[in-house]
Amino acid sequence: MQALGEFLARRWPQLLELAVEHLLLVLTAIVLATFIGVMIGVLVYRSAALSSLATAMTATILTIPSLALFGLMVVWVGLGDRSAVIALTAYALLPIVRNTVTGLQGVDPAVNESAKGMGLSARARLLRIDLPLAWPVILTGVRVATMLIVSIAAIAAYIGAGGLGNWIFDGLARRGSVVAMPLIISGTLGVVAVAFILDGFYIVVGRVTTPRGIRD
Amino acid sequence: MEHMIRLDELTKRFPGQLAVDSVSMDIPEGEIVVFVGPSGCGKTTTLKMINRLIEPTSGRIFLEDEDVTRINADRLRRRIGYVIQQIGLFPHMTIASNIATVPRTLGWDKQRIAERVDELLELVGMDPEAYRDRYPKELSGGQNQRVGVARALAADPAVMLMDEPFGAVDPITRERLQNEFLRLQDEVNKTICFVTHDVDEAIKMGDRIAIFGDDHGIQQFDTPEMILSHPANEFVEDFLGSGAALKRLHLRRVREVALTAWPAAGVAEDRDTLREKLEDSEQSFLLLLDEQRQPVRWVSRRDLERGEGRMADRGLPVAAIIEPHATLHDALDEMITSNVGCAVVVDREGAYQGVVDIDPVMTAVNTLRAELRERLAVGSWHAVPTETVEEGTS
Ligand SMILES: Nc1ncnc2c1ncn2[C@@H]1O[C@H](COP(=O)(O)OP(=O)(O)OP(=O)(O)O)[C@@H](O)[C@H]1O
Ligand SMILES: [Mg+2]
Repeated sequence: MQALGEFLARRWPQLLELAVEHLLLVLTAIVLATFIGVMIGVLVYRSAALSSLATAMTATILTIPSLALFGLMVVWVGLGDRSAVIALTAYALLPIVRNTVTGLQGVDPAVNESAKGMGLSARARLLRIDLPLAWPVILTGVRVATMLIVSIAAIAAYIGAGGLGNWIFDGLARRGSVVAMPLIISGTLGVVAVAFILDGFYIVVGRVTTPRGIRD
Repeated sequence: MEHMIRLDELTKRFPGQLAVDSVSMDIPEGEIVVFVGPSGCGKTTTLKMINRLIEPTSGRIFLEDEDVTRINADRLRRRIGYVIQQIGLFPHMTIASNIATVPRTLGWDKQRIAERVDELLELVGMDPEAYRDRYPKELSGGQNQRVGVARALAADPAVMLMDEPFGAVDPITRERLQNEFLRLQDEVNKTICFVTHDVDEAIKMGDRIAIFGDDHGIQQFDTPEMILSHPANEFVEDFLGSGAALKRLHLRRVREVALTAWPAAGVAEDRDTLREKLEDSEQSFLLLLDEQRQPVRWVSRRDLERGEGRMADRGLPVAAIIEPHATLHDALDEMITSNVGCAVVVDREGAYQGVVDIDPVMTAVNTLRAELRERLAVGSWHAVPTETVEEGTS
């Protein structure tokens, strides 16, 4: 425990740097996944068959072991950030697609009918009515997806994407040395901290972006 | 322009289900046409074909003499107000944004939209200051329904389609909304298609009524008077049910009859004045009004003589209050529940106007009957455009 304290005191700035790297990796993947996931959701939600197909396919991605997917990405794209972001984006899709579909399907049919009856175009209905109403549910999906990939992102260090995984893998490589445990523990705690920070961030985003009329 | 709306042999066939069978109808400008009939007879489908929420299988729709059967549906819908039973206000938008939807789509400038929103809120009897920034969930069912109507009127469409707009509110609110709507129609003078399955509502609201049958076609299309006095066939007769004479009372409004003068006095006046006023009249109750001239209590002579307490706590509360727009049917209804056997008429602000008792109701029944007899005698009902189907199939 004392060793950990000394270790942290000494390497605090480096930990911060890795945490920021981790955070950026996750956020990049989440932004991409949100765009792609919402787009897929919008395209499929009207058809029950397409909706289950999209959910099943994105769920399948999640069953691929992360090490294997990162490995595949290295083969296709090469080492580095780019591979990591692609893999993390793929992992983040399921909750976002599923919640987009649920959110859009949950819009009151009467609201849809009146919007259509007033002559709003399909585009205006989607952007001004359906997506804003589905937004709280979509955001929940984004939040779940984020929690999911914060931990998977630690493994991305393995393919040279940096982040807090670096220390965890370092610690594993130096098994037996005095710094092994402090490295692994502070790397792990860093991941947990990043997850907490992001969660708080989503609570704020949720507050700010949910109109008063649909807040409970 | 001969007719605002013309339906030409409209037919809708869903897979395995005929919904509307060759409906033709001419709807004159500024009239309320009510579609009424049993459940599943095709009222909603016919209505939705007018704004093409449902595309007809065959037939044509004309709006202001223009064939709109094939034009861009979104642009057509912006010319037609649409109100449904479930209202469908946008919960994430304020009342003002809800009302502003179509004007914004049409590209009006901010200033003009803001003015229009306030104007419409006032038109439907809601204080703009208090309501424009609220959200739908912060309003009552009746208020939401008013906003729904305001939203449909926003871009001043010539035509309004309303599908059981007052079907989901309690009977008292419904009656109030009906009366408000009729008063509003006097101001805006729209051409309105109104769906209901309530015969009384149809007679009360309609300038003309289209009765749909189980065969998904129109059984009779005529004025309420003619439908009540001359049902086209057995189906219509059955559908109208018993009490056609009573229903005819829907055809006369309170403002069309002479109100009975009734002794009324301010609640603050002194007891001797009140007693004098009551004694000068032939009535046994005096109506007390507050400072805004709104009726508050019925007091008898005994209530005046006896009792301590404030005058405003004596006697009986005034229960039966109606507006000039109410029909004599509504008035009769109220009268029966009233303590005093008459209904108090108030204006928009709730100020006392007069009283209706049973006499004008009886007179109305007699004159309505006489008028009809006369019209039948000279055969002038042929002048009223009627469109009836041969004997019903039911
Ligand atoms: N989308 C649809 N697909 C198949 N059949 C339909 C569809 N919409 C309506 N129908 C059928 O068409 C017929 C007419 O329906 P419509 O909704 O016009 O009736 P309605 O007169 O409005 O009845 P209600 O008073 O119950 O509202 C009904 O038999 C109904 O089952
Ligand atoms: Mg219907």
